[in-house]
This record gives sequence, structure tokens and C-alpha cells, in this order.
Amino acid sequence: MGVDIGGTFTDVVIEGPAGMTSTKVLTTHGAPEDGILSGMHKLLDASGLCAADLAQIIHGTTLATNALIERRGARTALITTEGFRDVIEMRTESRFEQYDLNLTLPEPLLPRQDRYTVPERISAQGDVLVPADRARIEAVVDEIAARGFDSVAVGLLHSYLNPAHERLIGAVLAERMPRATVSLSSDVSPQMREYERFNTTIANAYVKPLMKRYLMRLAARLADAGARCPVFLMHSGGGLMSLENAAEFPVRLVESGPAGGAVFAATMARRHGLEKVLSFDMGGTTAKICLIGGGTPKTARVFEVARSYRFKKGSGMPISIPVIDMVEIGAGGGSLAHVDALRQIRVGPESAGSEPGPAAYGRGGTRPAVTDADLLLGRLDPEGFAGGTMVLDTAAAQTAVATTLGDPLDLDVTQAAFGLAEMVDENMANAARVHAVENGQDLAEYTMIAFGGAAPLHAGRLCEKLGISRLLVPQGAGVGSAIGFLRAPFSFEATRSVYMRLSDFQPDTVRALLDELAAEARGFVRGCDPEAPIGTDCKVFMRYTGQGWEIPVPLARDDVQSPRAARYLAAFETAYAALFGRTVQGMDVEITVWSVHAATPLPDTGHEPADTPADAGAAVTRGERRLFDPARGEHVRAVVCDRAAMTTGQTVPGPALITEAETTTVVPASARATVRADGCIEITYGARP
Amino acid sequence: MTLSTVACQVMWNRLISIVEEQAQALVRTAFSTSVREAGDLSAGVYDAAGRMLAQAVTGTPGHVNAMADAVAHFIIAIGRDTMRGGDVYITNNPWQGTGHLHDITVVTPVFRGAHLVGFFACTAHVVDVGGRGFGADAASVFEEGLHLPIMRFADAGTVDQTLLHLIRGNVREPDQVIGDIFALAACNEIGLRRLVQMMDEFALADLEEIAGFILENAGRATVDRIAALPRGVADGAMRIDGFDTPVDLRVRVEITPDAVLCDFAGTSGVDPKGINVPMVYTKAYACYALKCAIAPDIPNNAASLAPFRITAPENSIVNAPHPAPVALRHIIGHMIPDAVFDALDRLLPGVVPAEGAGTLCNFQLSLRPAEGRAGRRAEVLTFNSGGAGARPAHDGLNATAFPSGVMTMPVEATEHAGPVIVWRKELRPDSGGAGQYRGGLGQIMEVGPAAGQVADFSAMFDRVHHPARGRRGGADGAPTVIARADGTAMRGKGKQPLPEGARVRMAFPGGAGYGRAADRAADLIARDLRRGYVTAEAVARDYGWDAARIERALKQEDE
Repeated sequence: MGVDIGGTFTDVVIEGPAGMTSTKVLTTHGAPEDGILSGMHKLLDASGLCAADLAQIIHGTTLATNALIERRGARTALITTEGFRDVIEMRTESRFEQYDLNLTLPEPLLPRQDRYTVPERISAQGDVLVPADRARIEAVVDEIAARGFDSVAVGLLHSYLNPAHERLIGAVLAERMPRATVSLSSDVSPQMREYERFNTTIANAYVKPLMKRYLMRLAARLADAGARCPVFLMHSGGGLMSLENAAEFPVRLVESGPAGGAVFAATMARRHGLEKVLSFDMGGTTAKICLIGGGTPKTARVFEVARSYRFKKGSGMPISIPVIDMVEIGAGGGSLAHVDALRQIRVGPESAGSEPGPAAYGRGGTRPAVTDADLLLGRLDPEGFAGGTMVLDTAAAQTAVATTLGDPLDLDVTQAAFGLAEMVDENMANAARVHAVENGQDLAEYTMIAFGGAAPLHAGRLCEKLGISRLLVPQGAGVGSAIGFLRAPFSFEATRSVYMRLSDFQPDTVRALLDELAAEARGFVRGCDPEAPIGTDCKVFMRYTGQGWEIPVPLARDDVQSPRAARYLAAFETAYAALFGRTVQGMDVEITVWSVHAATPLPDTGHEPADTPADAGAAVTRGERRLFDPARGEHVRAVVCDRAAMTTGQTVPGPALITEAETTTVVPASARATVRADGCIEITYGARP
Repeated sequence: MTLSTVACQVMWNRLISIVEEQAQALVRTAFSTSVREAGDLSAGVYDAAGRMLAQAVTGTPGHVNAMADAVAHFIIAIGRDTMRGGDVYITNNPWQGTGHLHDITVVTPVFRGAHLVGFFACTAHVVDVGGRGFGADAASVFEEGLHLPIMRFADAGTVDQTLLHLIRGNVREPDQVIGDIFALAACNEIGLRRLVQMMDEFALADLEEIAGFILENAGRATVDRIAALPRGVADGAMRIDGFDTPVDLRVRVEITPDAVLCDFAGTSGVDPKGINVPMVYTKAYACYALKCAIAPDIPNNAASLAPFRITAPENSIVNAPHPAPVALRHIIGHMIPDAVFDALDRLLPGVVPAEGAGTLCNFQLSLRPAEGRAGRRAEVLTFNSGGAGARPAHDGLNATAFPSGVMTMPVEATEHAGPVIVWRKELRPDSGGAGQYRGGLGQIMEVGPAAGQVADFSAMFDRVHHPARGRRGGADGAPTVIARADGTAMRGKGKQPLPEGARVRMAFPGGAGYGRAADRAADLIARDLRRGYVTAEAVARDYGWDAARIERALKQEDE
């Protein structure tokens, strides 16, 4: 069973010998486990199974993320190095928006009076400059205990090199505050850069009591319901971890839902033998874009959570943990549009949510949302929305679009709706382009995999904009993340910051370090699965000495067992040239971060033949609709097909609309759709748009 | 073909995204700390006439207008008729580029077939340009380093090897500087490729129509904003430390129906030290101040900048002619917005903030092993910020750069850059000026060479003698204080030796307050007290609270 708790819905998927069933129930915010249980019973009852039949439960949740965004965490204190009380408050000392004189910065997770200091100091080489004084630590801990904190974070300078002082503080805390949860920065995120490390540790401490209680409650409820199987959690890096580890390091659950989506897309990529895939997940509020190379989602070491200012970079807080590298922008079906001072249409990040929702929902919304434009452009059938459970109000959508956009810009309703849809697609395309550039990739070589309720409506146009010539819309796209949970391996990534210049390369140190990291990562994975074979991948982050950005460099097995500087240099230069098109002569190169990723083998995803299935003729159409084609800038007659009625090898040329209960796939005039053997709709473009 | 409104909107959006890609590519490949860590760069796209169409948001305001004007200089100097595909042009001329020799500007023409359709330009602050090094000590620009007049870096795709040799032979860190120049060229190349793709997608032969759309809309929107303002003239003035003698900044701002004029008549003359400002840099920061106050949301381009007209008398410190020394032009340049705001506040009450720290609190340590010790030399430059001024309805930002757009570096990264120990870096209580809205807090730093090391400490601080002034009844911010931990006095500017074991204690300035302290909300005073932004003594003195009230506030917990 896979379970994804989102802000609005809890998705539950059960996969068994008879196939897959899924359901969406409303998220029960007070006690999220209630939603899980009711969804589970609904599916079990329908299929005549009981909880004891479940072999494995895999869970992902936005609860940790939401607790950070909504500031609903525990009463948490920080203990840090004397002289550095304000690291998380001073951030980068910069403004993320240069022209706003009234800019306010997000408050740090902990106010200043909850941040304590002790005299101690470790140097950048890991040596003790000022010894830690146990008596002073005890005094500070007693002060913290007296104020009734539930959770304590410990973050000391250079502790990623030498954790001795943090461990001493941890021991004093265990002794004098046995009921408080403790998070040490050298355990949670042993990476250089104090702002990121301290903030990550504090975030972990802040959500730990809440997540621990929730996970324990969930385990008990599932056991009560008769489920005897283990429960695993999806972590932000796209793998599974044990419930116990999740309770200890809950910050690793941040973004676990979207990570499931990326794993879902990666599974499809492997099944279809696709080397380069752009995963595109568009829901009600945001769109998420992720690069998948060789069937594996791209990962990063730092990301930003809780952006407070129009999803702007720098307006959130950094979390440095291994994470699937995704771009998230405020573009979803509910994103609202307006006209700005430059007479430009702007869309999002403000969203109509589900209440009142887009104007077409007829629940009192008067501002135009992306869904309204989709309706007016003929992409959505007013009668067939959400499996026919809801009738969309075309007149309300027209009024909203005309009043807010058409009148001020002197455009008719269709042109205004076109403008709205084009701007949101352009925003997503721009985000994808910048993300590709940052990774040295050319999207023209990519296949897009689209899922999430709104993605199939927009993916066709997005491909045209990005010059992508192939698009897959998998089955079960509406609950993609929960399906992804069932396809994820057990995995853990251990990282360490240790500086080493290639001119001063120490093979013995390297071997010892990589061995230690491998043992740590394997230990976590072994805790989840006592038998499965575990594979490890090593990578290092390298740069020219003097640069500020490291790039990931994968290491071959040889480079781990018998490390040589020349081979590390060659691997770095290859990676650098791939990203930036050239290398730089005459500069020393240094390694800053070491990483070992351990994982069980990926589950078998089946194999979809590379060739298009034998032509099974034209799909049966059930009518025609007027559809606005943005590439042509005019209305066209589009045929309408039922996805359920289409069989393997059937094709439909664009312009066409392929409908199903949760969504509609738009096939642009420039493309044609074919049903693959696994039920995927494959859309290919003839001449490059 | 006439482009539809929707297509024009999409392309404008796209151009802004393209220059952002261009800037990001530069950040990721540059060597210079100030570019990669601190964001001291800019990037833009121009039409065939050299008019700037879009500028990356990533970057710092110091390059705003300078970049807008730069390409026009290149067109004149290189000659349009001689330009070819594959060409790349370069300069670091302070008067035609962005204000000092350390900023290298690279311009790349874009061709479609045989037709020149536009340009990309970008600027970055490089590690070194030779001469005396980064400091205010030169008597003229000739001593400040190697000057590259506008010239070809690459001719139809072939890089000028003679130029590379010359640069290599004249700078202290040749690999890094050459690396940065290639990074600049590469980032223009990325922009160029994206632009050509966009022109293919929309079947454009040139940029004329889209340029017309962008400039017309942005120009009209800016003029609409100005037209809605009350007309009038007001004077502003601010005195700051200068190098050896105080500097007076004087500015007259006039709002007309379709423009804002800003003139610096009366400002102090050229200084003998390298803190003079070329006109381009003055224009950049004056224009930045006006744009923040009047049209913050309108993207920068030739038309949205044109209605802000900045002038200054030649031979003033803000319009220093060649060959005045200009290496540290940022020290005065960063103060220009506060001077402009002083005038603007009289015309547009309730819009602009009180004065803040202004100039970044930067210092550089040149470290070397103490006598008889082994080890290598190292240069460590750090960027730090004081407090920003309080706003009409918000407290000032604590330890946050304004007007500069740069970031600080992590202490852990700084300590890896060289044998230096940062012993303290935290907020400075009681440094924000009291008021209805409190000024942002400055910060305290304590640094020294690691054991066995000595150093030269180059200070680049202002507001030692002239702290930020309060607005509308708000109190002044705290001044800069600098001394050795053992009590030895130090100066706010210039190179000063540090013996082994010495530590420098710095208290960076706070922002000034806005409005009368008597009008400050009690819950904000209580919050500040609990957080230790203000001490009990200061609350008693500035806000008149008695001991019992202070005691009560300290006992509460935050909401």
C-alpha cells in the first residue's frame, strides 16, 4: 500500500496480484492517520482483502513541510558557539528582492531568546581552539530545562569536521533533559556552511516531537487495524527509510510527496528505456519539474523550503539534506491571473485553492484561474469535469476572464484566455529552461513525462515551447506520487565535508573516508531490509580552487578502491566540460564534499518495447470539440476520444482531446497520440514546432 | 508580420528569463569571490541600436545604468560595420564600463545571417587587475591597474592571444582573471543561443518590433507613475566620513510631469584617494534609489530608466573625470541612495526609509606567516552589512545590505579561504536608532590571524564619524567603532598591520529610526527587549519604561 498525504487529499494505492486500485480521501489535518485508515479500509473492502494481507506500507507526507511553513513545531532551543548566536537570523545578509523598500525577511524558526551559546571553538582544520567547558554547558542546559523546551538543536562551528563538542552537549542534554528530543548538526547534516547546517538541524528539532508522535500513533493504529507489515517512509532523496529513522531525522521527510512523483516518472523512464526525461507534475497550486537521467532523478544537497515571497529564490529557508532536485513554481490549475502595471498578464503564485476555486467551479470565485482558461479554450468539457461529478460554469469563467484580463487589455475573451494559458505555460517553460541550463542540459533531447491533475492539459503546449518532441502521459497520473512510493528502493545517502586539494591528495584518507561513509549508508539501508543486496554509488563534489560552486562528480569503482589524483582530475574535467562547455587550464582542483549513496536494487518496472506498437488503426472518437490551438493561434476542430476505450497501438492525430475521469490530455495540432502497451499515451511531434 | 499582443507578452517574459540564465551561468563559472558568492555582476540583452531590453534580476544595482549605457560605447568604438558573428568585445574602462578597473564588461553581438540584430553584455568584478591592488591608495587610475580600452577579445571566433598574454603578464592571479573573462564570454554565448532559438520559434528576422513593444510599455508605465506624483523640487544633503576629510553629498531632486531630475551640484570635489565615483556609477545608484521609490516593479530597460535623469558637476566626487583614482568608488556610491532619499522624502512623504549603514562593511586581510614560521600568503576579503534604515511602516532590516545587492560568505568558508579566525559575528544590540520604527541592527565582528600568522588589515568602513540620521523624529543609528581587542586604536579606512595574536573588534553601524520613539508600539518594544535587540538600559532611556515594566515584558513569552 502506498499513501501520500497532501495538503488537500490523501491518496491511497493498493497493488496486489489482481492489479492496482486507488482512492483519494480528504486529508484529516487534526489526525492524518484517520484519512489513511479510511482510505485503506475503502480499498480493502472493495477488493475483499484485509489489513493483514498487506505486505508493506509505504508512506510519504507533507506534514513536516507544512509544520515548517505554518510554524507549528515544538518549543525548540538552540545551543551554538559563543559569538554566533544570530547565524540563522543574519542569513546571507542580503535581500532576495532588490527593489522593494518595504521588504520583510522571514522570521527565523527560533527567536533570539531561544538561542543559547557556550564557549568552545573548533578550527577549520578540526582542531580545538577553545575547549568545551562541561560546567558551562550544564548551566546552559539547566537554563533551557527551566524554560520548558521540548526539543533542542545543537549547532557548533566546524562540527562537520569534529563533532566532539556537539556530542558532549548531547550527552549533557541526555542526562539533564532526558525527555527532550535532541538533534546534533553533525548527525543531521554534517556539511560545511553554518547557516544551512544550523537551519537544517533546527528544522529537524522543530518538527521532531510532532512527527515522532504522529508516526508512533500511525504505527499503533495500523497494528490495531490488523496490519502486521512494516511501515516505511519515503524520504526527500527518493528512497525509503525506516519509521524509526524517520522519527529521528524527520527533516528528511520534507518534500517526500513530490519525490514520490519523481520516482514515478523515473519508473516510467526505465520501463520505456529513456535516457533523458523531464518529469512534469502539475497540480492545483504548483508545478514541479525534475530532470531524470538514466532512470534516476537528479539529486541535490540543498534546497529551500517555505518560500515566503512569490516562490522567490532566497525567501525561504535552506535545508541541506540529500534531496531530489526539483524546481517548484506557483503554477497550477487554481493559479490566478491579473494584469500588472505594464499591461502584462501575470499568473500565480496566488491560487484560488479548492474554495472558492476557479470561477468555473461556480462557488463564488470571480478571478480567472488557469482552469477557467482551459475551459474557455475548449480543453475541458464543462459536463465531464472530475468524472462528470461537477459541471463547470462557462459563463462565470467568461465573465472572470473578460473582466480581469480582456477589458483592460482590449482583448476578446478567447484571446484573453489564450494569453492567460500562454503565460502560465511560458512561466513553466522558463523554469524548465533555467533548470536545464543550471545542469548543462539541452531539453531538445528529452522526453517529457506528465502527471498530476493539470499536467496533461498543458504538457502538449509545454513540449512545443521547449522543443521536446516526445511526451508520455502514464496511466494513474492522478495518484502518481503514491504509485511512485511503491517503486522506490530502500536508500540512504551519507555525506561529509572534508576539504582536499588534488595537489595534496591522500589516497589512504580517501579510502578510509569512503569506507566509513559506505558503512554508515549501508547500516541505514540494512535496518530496513535484512537481506536484499545493497549497492553503493560514490560521488564527490569538486571545483577549481577559488570557485564557490562545486559540481557533482561520480566515481568509478576503481576510484573508490584505489584512488588516484589523476583519475579524479580526469573525472572532474569531464563533468565540468559537460556542464560549462570548457575546462580551465592551470588551476588546482579541490574536493569539498564526499557522498556515498547506498540502495537496494530498483524494483522491476517491466519493459516497454522501444518501437511503437503495431498500428491498430484509428481510435474510436466520440465527437468533436472546438479547441483553441495556441501554436496556430486559432480555433481548430478537435476529435474527442475516451482513454478507457483506446487500445494498444491505436492512434489519434492532433488536434485531439483524450478524456478520462481525473483529467484530459490535449494533443496539439502539431502532434499525434498513440497508446502504448502499458497504457501510456505517447504523443509525438512531426515537424519540430 | 505583426506580432500578436500575446506573442509580445510571451517574448518579453522570455527575454527576462534569458538574461537570468545568462547571469546564472556566470555565477556558476566565475572565480572571483565577489561574483560567485556575493553576486557582484550583471547581464543584459540589447537591440541592434544598443538599447537595453532586459536585465537580469541577479546582480547588484551598481551596474543598472552603467550596463544600460555600455553597449552604445562599444558600437561607437568598434564600429558597427566591422562587427561579425563570433566577435566578442571587452573593456574595463571605469567611465565606459561600470566604474572601476576591477569590473570587466564583455559584449557579444548577435547576428542572424548577415544582419546584426542585437547584443548581449555582462559585467563581473574580477579578483585583480594589477597595479596597487584593490584599495584606495592610488593617486590616479594609472596606478590602479591594467586598463583595457574597448577592443576585440575574439575576432570572428578567434581569441586574441596577444591580449591574453598581456593580461596574464599584468595581474596577480592570471588564471582566475582569464577564467573569469572566459566565463563572461561563455555566459553571453548562452544568452545568444537562447535568443536565436526564440527568434526561430516566433519567426523573427530582427528584434525591432518586440523592442518597440517592450520599450513602449515600460516607458509608458514609468511615465504614468511619475505623472501621478506631486510636482516639486527639493534638496537633500548628507555628510559622510570620506577618506581623510569629510565628504558632502548634495542633491536636488525635481519631479516634472514626465521625468525625475536629480542633480548633485554642491557635492564635494574629487578626492586625492581612490574613493572617487565615475558618473556611470553615480547614475546607477541615484537611479536605483529613485526606481525603488517610484517604479520598483517595472523591469529595467532603456525606456524604464530614461525618465530618471541624473547629472553632476564635473570634478565633483560623484563625477570624477579620468584619470582620478576610482578603485573604491563603492564607498561613496553606496551612500548616494540615502542622499537622494533625503531630498525625495520632502517630495514624497511616507515612502523612503531613514538612513542606514549604506556602504558595505568590507575588509581584506593580507595574511602571511609570522617571522620564522612556514606557510603561504593568503588574501581574505569579506563582505558584511550594517543595519538598514527604518521604513515608514516597518523596522529596518538587521545586518542586511542596502543598497548593495551582495551576500555575505559563510564564516566556515572564510576560514577555509585563509588562516584567519572569525571569533564573533552576531547582531549588535542597541545599534538601531530608536523610533516608532526602529533602525536595523548592525553587527559585531571580531577577527584575527590564526596562530603563527600576521596580517595587513585593509579597512573600508564609513559612518565612523557620521552615523545614519533618523527621519521624522527617529533617532540616529550607532556609528562604526573599530579597535584592536587590546585597546589599540584603528582607523575606519586604510591598511593597518596586525601582529601575531592580535584581534580586531568591529561594531558595524546600525540603521536610523523612523518616527518618534514615543509612538512605538509597546509590544514591539517588549519583543525587542526579549530578543535582546535592545537592552533594558536603552529601553529605559529611549522609550521611558520603568524597571517594573521592563521586568514584566522580559517575563512574557513571544506570541
